Amino acid sequence: MTTAADVLRRSPVTPNRRHIPVFVTLGLLLLTFSIGSVRYENFGTPQVFLDLFIDNAFLIVVAIGMTFVILTGGIDLSVGSVVALSGMLCAIGTSKLQLPAPLVILFVLLVGTGFGAAMGYMITAFQVQPFITTLAGMFLARGVCLTLSENQISIENGFFDAVALNSLRLPGGNRLSWGAVTALIAVAVAIYVLQWTRLGRNVYAVGGSEQSAMLMGLPAGRTKIQVYAISGFCSALGGVLFALYTLSGDPTHAVGMELDAIAAVVIGGTVLTGGSGYLIGSVLGVLVLGVIKTILSFDGTLSSWWTRIAIGVLLFGFIALQRLIGARRKSRRSAPS
Amino acid sequence: MAAPVLEMEGISKGFPGVQALQDVSFRLFPGEVHGLMGENGAGKSTLIKVLTGVHTADAGLVTIDDVDTLIRGPLHAQRLGISTVYQEVNLCPNLSVAENIFIGREPRRFGRIDWKQINRRATELLARLGLDLDVTAQLGSCSLAVQQLIAIVRAVDLKAKVLILDEPTSSLDRGEVARLFSVMRRLKADGVAILFVSHFLEQIYEICDRVTVLRNGGLVGEYPIGELSRLDLVAKMTGQELTALEELDEASPDVVKGERLLALEGVGRTGAIDPVDLDLHAGEVVGFAGLLGSGRSELARLIFGADSADTGVIRTGGGPVALKGPRAAIDQGIAFCPEDRKGDGLIMDLTVEENIILALQVSRGWLKPLSQRKREELVGSYIKALRIHPPHPYALVKNLSGGNQQKVLLARWLITRPKLLILDEPTRGIDIGAKTEIQKLVVSLAGDGMGVVFISAELEEVLRISHKIEVLRDRRLVAELDNDGTLTPEHILQTIANGAADS
Repeated sequence: MTTAADVLRRSPVTPNRRHIPVFVTLGLLLLTFSIGSVRYENFGTPQVFLDLFIDNAFLIVVAIGMTFVILTGGIDLSVGSVVALSGMLCAIGTSKLQLPAPLVILFVLLVGTGFGAAMGYMITAFQVQPFITTLAGMFLARGVCLTLSENQISIENGFFDAVALNSLRLPGGNRLSWGAVTALIAVAVAIYVLQWTRLGRNVYAVGGSEQSAMLMGLPAGRTKIQVYAISGFCSALGGVLFALYTLSGDPTHAVGMELDAIAAVVIGGTVLTGGSGYLIGSVLGVLVLGVIKTILSFDGTLSSWWTRIAIGVLLFGFIALQRLIGARRKSRRSAPS
Repeated sequence: MAAPVLEMEGISKGFPGVQALQDVSFRLFPGEVHGLMGENGAGKSTLIKVLTGVHTADAGLVTIDDVDTLIRGPLHAQRLGISTVYQEVNLCPNLSVAENIFIGREPRRFGRIDWKQINRRATELLARLGLDLDVTAQLGSCSLAVQQLIAIVRAVDLKAKVLILDEPTSSLDRGEVARLFSVMRRLKADGVAILFVSHFLEQIYEICDRVTVLRNGGLVGEYPIGELSRLDLVAKMTGQELTALEELDEASPDVVKGERLLALEGVGRTGAIDPVDLDLHAGEVVGFAGLLGSGRSELARLIFGADSADTGVIRTGGGPVALKGPRAAIDQGIAFCPEDRKGDGLIMDLTVEENIILALQVSRGWLKPLSQRKREELVGSYIKALRIHPPHPYALVKNLSGGNQQKVLLARWLITRPKLLILDEPTRGIDIGAKTEIQKLVVSLAGDGMGVVFISAELEEVLRISHKIEVLRDRRLVAELDNDGTLTPEHILQTIANGAADS
């Protein structure tokens, strides 16, 4: 396969080596989408493409938070449970307690952010492994969901209905749900934060070398708390979008979503050890997963488990790619200059 | 002379069991390069850590620009104008060159980071120090030397009045050192006070205006470099007062030189040790003398195959051999007790018996385990022979004293009946009694026909038991001296100080 990397190598401007995984993911997205378009009728339309955003809005938002965390070299396993908890809180707040929807959403976002910040504090202040801390957070949030209700609660609320049933009309008769619009705004904000603010640069520095970041006088501990708070916020927002998408809260929603988010981030080219990667890559990663799911639903004869198989193969491929790039960078560095 | 920018007075700092600094005073003037000299454990790093706020002194005063100051931490030290560049570059390899210089204090426009200005200013700063680099390149893609210079640029742009360079040259080649020195001279001309730590005497003499010498946590003195000969400097660092060395016991053991075990022909490794020619014979104790960083351990590691040589041939009695790794060396009958017995040698949580039996078991292969009785017999005999205390095979090694740990390590290798035994600082940090026992043991092993390489920073010790002394300096073998009974530590010191006899 002639990858984007090959094309770039011929271009007069030598590309930044770390952009390569993002271009590979973009190439993969175009490739899978073209395969779908060739094989199935009605696949290669703008609306099918827009549906990718509509059907995966919550995962895009969750993946944003996960990207921040993974860029610092951490991991957040609690996101799926926090998505479910947020959906539950939305359903209970609007439909059982009859509170105004904006107030409920604000409360949900605060809970998610606070939950993430608390985990970040544990990780920083007590030097607990992120894996363990967020695993505990995952159990905790899921347990709270099931305590609130063991059954699905449907949302009957004017605001939620209005937002869910209407959408942004685009030229050519296409449409984009407000959930997807929210996700795209979140992506834009996140890219800005990572690229043009001190917080964003500190995230990269901490991921590159926490020890160095500290010795350079950067607030390494504070940055780590902030990324988990961001991830908590994104999970809560993802939960709200998920509630909009399903118009219900369910304690068993989003089981395993943390793994989908991690997969999307890794396929998007972010290195699990931190310090290297781009947010746009994670978005492309989510879209690649989305295209695979869409292809399977268009086909109708393939088992949905093929999605998992495809994700597995892609993950292996991308981790190998990162290794290769990393190894070449190392050998260049050790070569005398 | 102008007023000192930094003054430390009566600094003491103790850690549990060690007095790292005892009443040390130190002055640093603007526009000077000041060398901080001392052997390992002299207290250099502790002094630097007090200066950078990593440690707080137990007693003493730090004055910066005539103001009493308590340095609260690395960040606070930076704000006070004290910047440090460590041996290992503490920058982020995944960020660009320019970003590494500016991160944490990026110029901003309308709240967002102004990348154009960062890149422009980084280019200017580097150009001022004579560096022409692509500032948008990733730091990790630059050589270590350039990374070090970038760390200095960052430090200096933090408005540093005092710049601490902690062994910045240890991994640089000659050209890179020259570049670093030219940068240092420019900074010096700008009035920056530079504290420079290096193990390389030549570099100290090339760049420093004054030196402060520490030994065993105490201050030896502060000297203008022009008034201190190399010989005096080495003597002050090692504490070998030349007059006191007269009365050394002259009991050089008889040489019973046997067959040639190993011949090194031009064996070297870039960045570790220049090519060396060396013969090692059975029944002979060869001492390696030199300061820390002189290449003495590096040479030993090449002989054992722990590092692989870039150049040269190693021959045994049977012809050239490729020592591709320790396993190959062990097969050739070479044994190596490393300097860092905790890190490289012993496994602290295992018992004496398990540690002793380890090498023998490895060379037998795991499929042929030793019987319990055989193990007890073997281990018991070595515990007795080396007088390991407590004489208990099931004691945990971590509970033994340093000297006894060293004996366990020795026993491990003796049990494999090596033809050549390499001992790297076998007596460091152990008490006099155990030291003498190990020295006696080495002499008697050689008497039994074993070849021994003995590495020690203590010249007296090397002289007492070696037949032949290889003197190393600045990663080169500079002289080979026969210990014919007339050799004194002064000779060796002189050789270390002057380099080869002819220079």
